[in-house]
Amino acid sequence: MTQDKSFISKEQVLHVAALAKLNLSDQEVTKFTAQLSDILGYANELSELELKDVSPTAHPIELENVFRDDTVLKSIDNSKVIQNAPESLNSQFKVPPILDD
Amino acid sequence: MDNFFESAYSIAQQIKDNSITSKEVVSKYFDNIESKNSELNAFLITDKQAAIRQAEIVDQKIQAGQQVGTLAGLPVAIKDNICTDDFTTTCASKILREWKPPYNATVIQKLISQDAIILGKTNLDEFAMGSSTEHSAFGPTKNPVDPSRVPGGSSGGSACAVKTDMASVALGSDTGGSIRQPAAFCGIVGMKPTYGLVSRYGLIAFASSLDQIGPFGKTVKDCALVLNAISGHDPYDSTSLDIKSDDYLQYVDRDLKGIRIGLIEEFDEVLDVSLRENLESATNLFKQNGAEIVKVSLPYVKYALSTYYLIAPAEASSNLARFDGVRYGLRVDGDNVEEMMINTRTQGFGQEVKRRIMLGTYALSSGYYDAYYKTAQKLRTALISDFKKVYDQVDVIICPTTPTGAFEFGAKLDDPLQMYMSDIFTIPSNLAGHPAISVPFGTDSNGMPLGIQILADGLNDSKVIHVGSALETLRTEG
Repeated sequence: MTQDKSFISKEQVLHVAALAKLNLSDQEVTKFTAQLSDILGYANELSELELKDVSPTAHPIELENVFRDDTVLKSIDNSKVIQNAPESLNSQFKVPPILDD
Repeated sequence: MDNFFESAYSIAQQIKDNSITSKEVVSKYFDNIESKNSELNAFLITDKQAAIRQAEIVDQKIQAGQQVGTLAGLPVAIKDNICTDDFTTTCASKILREWKPPYNATVIQKLISQDAIILGKTNLDEFAMGSSTEHSAFGPTKNPVDPSRVPGGSSGGSACAVKTDMASVALGSDTGGSIRQPAAFCGIVGMKPTYGLVSRYGLIAFASSLDQIGPFGKTVKDCALVLNAISGHDPYDSTSLDIKSDDYLQYVDRDLKGIRIGLIEEFDEVLDVSLRENLESATNLFKQNGAEIVKVSLPYVKYALSTYYLIAPAEASSNLARFDGVRYGLRVDGDNVEEMMINTRTQGFGQEVKRRIMLGTYALSSGYYDAYYKTAQKLRTALISDFKKVYDQVDVIICPTTPTGAFEFGAKLDDPLQMYMSDIFTIPSNLAGHPAISVPFGTDSNGMPLGIQILADGLNDSKVIHVGSALETLRTEG
């Protein structure tokens, strides 16, 4: 399914990778540009449709807020949650610096 | 049954009757795991000692005459994107390689409360993104019918385990066909229930509006047995449906009188000769046995694939943002927190996951949201309204599960669009939130198994079980 037209540029691929917090190698940039262009080109068939009066569906069933009584229930033990952390300190998650000095 | 392993339902009966112990049953399945798994790679992890220990507890209960659950002593396999606090849950990703969840998924609690024995966790495409298990970070699973071919995906490990008697039944997850397609490729039954019928609490999210947990079995009856155990409202899942429970076993072995079966006009043009012939022989069996066959039209169904491959990656890109090296999983160091996150995600995710995150991020990004994501959501509405009209005319729809039988390793690995095409017949049910089942029927020109899929309207899971079970019986009667 090759397309004559490119549906996404290398620059856009790099921009999207930055948004998604991914570093791509040069090889990946080239590959993803071609593959994403292919997929978006295929999906471009949707643009030919007249859907102005159709409302969007986000979910297959009607969603409602689900509330429960405001009472304290048993939660998972903090130590059990923290034990999966790559790094922790005093029962909290530890991360590298967020702000410069 | 001449073959012990052919029916989980019958094994469960034998355990309950005390004519065989659960320990003996679990040992038989572990014999198979020990002789087959190193070649096929269906399981990523098992725990024989723990399984035997649990089996002994069930056996003691039975011998003491105590009440036991509907799955008492039955060996079950679990796809490794469902949280288990006794096993690591990796999603077949480097980013979760050693992650041990602090809790069990609701389906796991439900299986345990019915006295099932959990053998271990099965392989999948990383984060359930794929149709072949070739995207697993821990190597692909092989198709047991022909090990040079893929088992399908993403729940390929669960399908392979049930086919080869390494588990009596298994759980998988189905976002665009990930239960039904591997079931078809491996020659077993796989079912995607109605969205919301089975709790997703503890299923690691891929595309939340499409994901659904469901059973694999050798027979439709085995799937019904498991669905009885895992379905039901769960306060921990806000999308879980609060409806009256049903006994799905009662819909097995019924006749087809008065059942109206739809054939989708739009699929005619995409079926090759062998698939059309296979569908025709299924159709003829239905017709000869009292069902009415009706041609139906779903004008928007041909856009389902495009719709899916915008919506699913969009939701995935959002769901997978949580893998940032802070709270769990892999962390790759960096000079500051952002660098750490980038390094972690770059090294932790495989190629297909990155591709889908990129696609989804793009579809949701400023300037493209309306053209891609919102248009896809509108298409979803149009497709659902197509289905609504059709289900006024028929009880179920039948179509092939997949456009081909299992393909060879590497055949579609470098062409994601071709890989995505494998899901063309399974995706519409996910977009609509409807139930569907794949039942083995016929083979392709390579002798690989094919599946016939039965689709029904939302909450008509009983109908796909009813018609699926009938097809199974008619196939055996020849």
